[in-house]
Amino acid sequence: MIRLEPRPAPSATMRVATPVVAIVLTILTGLLIFALLGKDPVRGFAVFFVNPLKTTYGISEWLLKATPLALCAAGLAVGFRASVWNIGAEGQFMLGAIGATLVALYAGSMPVVTLVLMILAGIAAGALWAAIPAFLRTHFNASEILVSLMLVYVAELLVSWLVFGPLRDPMGFNFPQTVMFEPAALLPILVPGTRLNLVLGFVVLVLLATYVLVFKTHLGFKMRVAGESPNAARYAGISAKTMVWLGLLIGGACAGLAGMAEVAGPMGQLTDKVGSGYGFAAIIVAFVGRLHPLGIALASLLMALFFIGGEQSQQYLGLPGSISMVFQGLLLFYLLATDVLIGYRLRLGRDAHVTNAVKAKAG
Amino acid sequence: MDLLTSILFATVVAGTPLLLVALGELICEKSGMLNLGAEGMMSIGAVAAFVAAFTFESTLMGVASGLVAGALLSLVFAFITVHLMANQVATGLAVAIFGVGLAAFLGKPFEAKVLPSIKPTEIPFLSDLPLVGPVLFGQQWIVYATWVIFAVVVWFLAKTRGGLVLKAVGESPDAANAVGIDVVKVRYLAILFGGAMAGLGGAFLSLFHTPMWAEGMVAGKGWIALALVVFATWLPWRVLLGAYLFGGVMISQLFVQSSPIPVKIPAQFLSALPYIATIVVLVLISRNVKMIRLNSPASLGKPFQKERA
Repeated sequence: MIRLEPRPAPSATMRVATPVVAIVLTILTGLLIFALLGKDPVRGFAVFFVNPLKTTYGISEWLLKATPLALCAAGLAVGFRASVWNIGAEGQFMLGAIGATLVALYAGSMPVVTLVLMILAGIAAGALWAAIPAFLRTHFNASEILVSLMLVYVAELLVSWLVFGPLRDPMGFNFPQTVMFEPAALLPILVPGTRLNLVLGFVVLVLLATYVLVFKTHLGFKMRVAGESPNAARYAGISAKTMVWLGLLIGGACAGLAGMAEVAGPMGQLTDKVGSGYGFAAIIVAFVGRLHPLGIALASLLMALFFIGGEQSQQYLGLPGSISMVFQGLLLFYLLATDVLIGYRLRLGRDAHVTNAVKAKAG
Repeated sequence: MDLLTSILFATVVAGTPLLLVALGELICEKSGMLNLGAEGMMSIGAVAAFVAAFTFESTLMGVASGLVAGALLSLVFAFITVHLMANQVATGLAVAIFGVGLAAFLGKPFEAKVLPSIKPTEIPFLSDLPLVGPVLFGQQWIVYATWVIFAVVVWFLAKTRGGLVLKAVGESPDAANAVGIDVVKVRYLAILFGGAMAGLGGAFLSLFHTPMWAEGMVAGKGWIALALVVFATWLPWRVLLGAYLFGGVMISQLFVQSSPIPVKIPAQFLSALPYIATIVVLVLISRNVKMIRLNSPASLGKPFQKERA
């Protein structure tokens, strides 16, 4: 019989090891799924994890795909640390895209100025969208989980209305999209011949900033206390309201920036396909990355592979692209399941072990 | 049918999946388990129901498959949260993401296929009554089944020992454990019921409401059902009321769009109404902290460790 025996202290090794275990289990399950679908697992693995990284262009696309995930996840992680459950990054991402698009279309194209305005508009729009659940949470006690989520659907419809209506490109053959942005409204390319642009710089900045905030400031310390022990935080006079506001606004701002980078980068315009699930995937990235900026950087690279692999498997394996969402969900399941090993040891044997260990822990 | 009758008729239809899912979640939350995965369990239920009904040319097979698929996915949630004591919010989100993704994946080959639509089961004489006849007695059989399930849930919670046990576990698992209640078993059963009802709600969408499967057809109904449970402050009668209230909001856009008086509101604004209404309702209910605290299960969302007791 396999038993769980409480550890005297949470295992730091396991905290780092379980994401790796979860990744390995997800990949193994993926191979099994390929085999069950009658596809060659080796080929499936190659399509998902090897082929995308074979060329410089492939690697640049991979990095580019990881950027919105890392941006959204970095912001979400700040909130999650304080137990603020912002689930609406997907909507805040879309609002950021809308904000940036409005600037690109109406502010005129000036070198640098347009881009700076777009960045500010994207950040502001994302933060504003996140401010709604923050306000409703702090003033009316409404669950930020459900409110931020409902706002994803509202944001989706808002984008749809804009690109089908007021912002539609009159010359766009009735496609739901705006005109292509002027060059001044596009992020500069970092590596010639690829689509990898300045957004990579944003990611580095945001990850550094969230690291400093969470681990090097008093405010970050308070947020961590609030997240780990709400009661202790209350006694210490840490305002729960401030945490809710900070958590949501930072999450919204980061997601908004990611949305801006999406329309000012690979898309070059706003279309009704702007929300591609980055905001939801970022929740997984944040958890797999252990809410730590370095972990998030690594996890976003992994998750980006899932996204690209999904597209590739559509092309080369004839499988629906939604297989990437299946992998994402599996990864989170495995992570949450294996996380039990942080606080517990697996033991094979009789009950006596457990009772003794519990007594030892209690005593 | 006159306009009022058709509005009420459509309200009942639109409210039925919400009622099913919210009743399931209500029972699940009464045991102290917060499963946010309703959207995923509904999606998987909808796909499983459609695929089975299409393959076996049997509605009943479809309904059964939807139930089982929703329950199976909730079993994953149960194992990770009850046995492995993982965070319920995160695990519920995983269920939602995984379920929506898996449903899209499995359903792909079946998109653009249709099933024969299911005729209403009219109850003789009663369905001929004006207004209430078609609305209450001229619906598809699944609607009547939903009312039976509702009645059973009300009876179970109010009148049975099982209901008492369930509430005891949700209030204080430690105390329940101390008096010899198998907390793990009760929570598993409650989660499974929640999953089965979400699966059935999904099956309603893909078999009865629009006899087809399309990616994204659940469109947040699972999340709205979760909000309904809060709206209802964990009381079944208010779940019933809330489900039909939201059903009404959902179908109102269709009637505005097809109304003879031209209305200059973009379709997207009308489609956003149910989501905005959900937020408004959540705000109105949640501001009364006392009422929420009084009715919500005290241990909701908290893991239970048997060894500690």
